[in-house]
Amino acid sequence: MGGEPAVHVEGLRKRYGDTVAVDGLSLEVMRGEIFGIVGRNGSGKTTTVECVQGLRRADGGEVRVLGLDPRTQGGELRRRIGCQLQESALPERIRVWEALDLFAALGPRSADWHRLLDDWGLQGKRDASFHSLSGGQRQRLFVALALVNHPEVVFLDEMTTGLDPAARRVAWELIGAVREQGTTVVLVTHFMEEVERLCDRVAVLDHGRLVAGGTPAEIAARHGGGTRVRFSATGRDLAWLEHVPHVREVARHGRQIEVVGDGPVLPIVAAALVERGIVPEDMRVEQPTLEDAFLRLVGAEQ
Amino acid sequence: MRATAKIHKLAWMETKLLLRDPLTLVFTFAFPLIMLFVLAEVFGNSTADRDEIVFRNVGAIDYYVPAYVALVAAAVGIVSVPVHLASYRELGIFRRFRASGVSVWTLLAAEVLVAFALTLVGAVLVVGSTAAVYSNKQPESLLGVLAVFVFVTLLFAAVGILLGAVLPNARAAQGAGSILFFVMLLLSGGGPPPEVMSGVMRYVADALPLTHAVRILQDPWLGFAWEWTSFLAAAGFLVGASLLALRFFRWT
Repeated sequence: MGGEPAVHVEGLRKRYGDTVAVDGLSLEVMRGEIFGIVGRNGSGKTTTVECVQGLRRADGGEVRVLGLDPRTQGGELRRRIGCQLQESALPERIRVWEALDLFAALGPRSADWHRLLDDWGLQGKRDASFHSLSGGQRQRLFVALALVNHPEVVFLDEMTTGLDPAARRVAWELIGAVREQGTTVVLVTHFMEEVERLCDRVAVLDHGRLVAGGTPAEIAARHGGGTRVRFSATGRDLAWLEHVPHVREVARHGRQIEVVGDGPVLPIVAAALVERGIVPEDMRVEQPTLEDAFLRLVGAEQ
Repeated sequence: MRATAKIHKLAWMETKLLLRDPLTLVFTFAFPLIMLFVLAEVFGNSTADRDEIVFRNVGAIDYYVPAYVALVAAAVGIVSVPVHLASYRELGIFRRFRASGVSVWTLLAAEVLVAFALTLVGAVLVVGSTAAVYSNKQPESLLGVLAVFVFVTLLFAAVGILLGAVLPNARAAQGAGSILFFVMLLLSGGGPPPEVMSGVMRYVADALPLTHAVRILQDPWLGFAWEWTSFLAAAGFLVGASLLALRFFRWT
């Protein structure tokens, strides 16, 4: 095994009728990493993950998960992975403990599910029926079910959708802990904060294609539209700033100057200003976030 | 866990869930008992002062008790199991099972066990409660009755899995299941005795699996000779339903 990736996808294609859902996508998830898949609704995230899990049949391309082909070895594969699906449910009248107990028993090794009740804040709902749970409680139960058999790779599709901000933070910590135990995590999400907090690397999808990939910081720096430095200065001609290294553009709105650049643009501009006797007291810098990069890459929701 | 342990676990959970389902409680347990006691009170168990042969020439209660044991099997297979399976597919519960590596065989084997367990509970209620109230005939050949009981339960489990496989959602399953259930109830032995039925009624009755199930369960119970044509018809339904169920079963 060693350096073999946990998930290997090459040239994946899937269409539903006339709609192309995934269009020649390639990506690789290394063992032990938390890998994010982001994109607008309908960008092919869920379809990709479902093809990888063997729950859908790809039209073309090659997929290997833990060295197994989900098309022909789906049963064996699904016993080694954990899945939290976006569209799924449990029987209305099943109780929380019964669901955990059942899915623990259906897996390859018997697992102790009692800790998951505590971890995912379900202890108080132990005997509640699925039907009586709130959206957030159901979501936490599904994540707990995905983890109940200590999977080698766990796929979480919009894990924190429907969770309140406090529960979301708890979920992030727990997923971090899951990775510490050696589990590879594939996270489908549209919360950029979640990606920045958790993911080692991320793939940005648009129309079923990969439009950017790398660490969250790399993507923010590369596609976020540059670092913005703002300060105020009166009267003076600052056109020379455009020739300072790392500066891309300079704009003036009345007294406000905005310099867009990359890399160490802030200290370089500051030094250049000081050298010319300009010492602005209100200099601020705005680093591009992953959200900026995401919006520039795929545009706003239509 | 080993495959058999998984099947047991799933079957036990599913049995508990069906026992919490009002539809199952009504069709499998309450309704057959109510019908049976009404019929028993109306017709009694005496064969005296009959002008012609009805109820296969035995007491009405003796006739109806084995018929209602078969009806319980039909209620499980035609109402409970299809509604259950169709709603599982509709709600994405099958997806959840499949994503956890549950195989089709594990699932279907568990459903057969569930059908068996529920039918057994219903049958014990029917036989036990009538025996407590009336002094009706108990099985002439216990071994024969038990063997046919297993066979009839399998038959309706297969029919149930087939209906659950082809009906698109829980609503459709409930509609189709209820209609089939009441037609079978009335024509297959739970309603008027076969001797008073018109030609058309008998013709339809012969096309229904419950008619044959009732007859082959009554035979060893009442001490009649085996009726091989009904056996073959029931076996045909079992094989046909099983093959079609496996052909059409879908997770999503």
